[in-house]
Amino acid sequence: MAQFSWHMPRWFHQMGSPKWFYNFGGLLQPWFALAAVALLTCGMVWGLAFAPADYQQGNSFRIMYVHVPSAILSQSIFLSMAIAGAIGLIWKMKIAFMVARSCIAIGATFTLIALVTGAIWGKPTWGAYWVWDARLTSTLVLLFLYAGVMALNQAISERQIAGKATAILAIVGTINIPIIKYSVEWWNTLHQSSSFSLTEKPSMPAEMYLPLLLTVLGSYFLFGLVVLIRTRSQILQTQNGASWLLQHKDIYGAK
Amino acid sequence: MYFESVGELWRMAGHGPYVWSCYGLFMVLLAVNVLHSRSERLNALKQAKAFIRRNRN
Repeated sequence: MAQFSWHMPRWFHQMGSPKWFYNFGGLLQPWFALAAVALLTCGMVWGLAFAPADYQQGNSFRIMYVHVPSAILSQSIFLSMAIAGAIGLIWKMKIAFMVARSCIAIGATFTLIALVTGAIWGKPTWGAYWVWDARLTSTLVLLFLYAGVMALNQAISERQIAGKATAILAIVGTINIPIIKYSVEWWNTLHQSSSFSLTEKPSMPAEMYLPLLLTVLGSYFLFGLVVLIRTRSQILQTQNGASWLLQHKDIYGAK
Repeated sequence: MYFESVGELWRMAGHGPYVWSCYGLFMVLLAVNVLHSRSERLNALKQAKAFIRRNRN
């Protein structure tokens, strides 16, 4: 019987090396920062001042350019956190737990922004800041899940155990992601169904769609930037005295 | 620009307070995240340098 073994590509194991991640992340970091600032600035200015008003909603629809990226990222980040956690559990990769930990605060922030901007948008559009609609409620649950993950991660001081516990909660919590996504189809919701997708043909005119594409991509780069910075900080904290770090320019240099 | 003047851009035909508060919130909360992660990094660097100094002597 042939022996089955599952080989992951070399880059996958390289990512698990603190030195490699620290250095490669350091190279990416400034470019992520530049991309995030440029894309978000262009998208927001375009959305605020140049995109045409919606024929039904008037100018309140401009909230979409910050609301939709926040909502997309709130779910993408939760999923990334769960995947990173799963990688940590399966391949016992410490860096993966660090990445998962770096996702928590920024993910919770995007969820909070999605909820608050949605509430503000609801007032002129629906006449109410909040309704117990399936989409809104499941997103509120997502915020509570982030809060739970954050509390659990901080309650355990032993990093490895905290990483495992967090990973399990994040993986279990992903059950909420399809619920959020399909809530507008499964239930009769006040919230409209999705009108934007990175993979499908846009359902709105280009001058309305393009600024949204920019703010969504910019938000992804901002998420990447924060994860890089936070993960690299955790590497610094845990690699005290490692020989590669002793000679690193970040530590040894005058800066 | 879609609007006739800066004043109209600000008012947005009555939707100004809703729209601008959302953009403000988005920028402030994301900036807080970036700045906080940055200060965390500076702290981690400081600690790593202190560790090396302690162990050199």
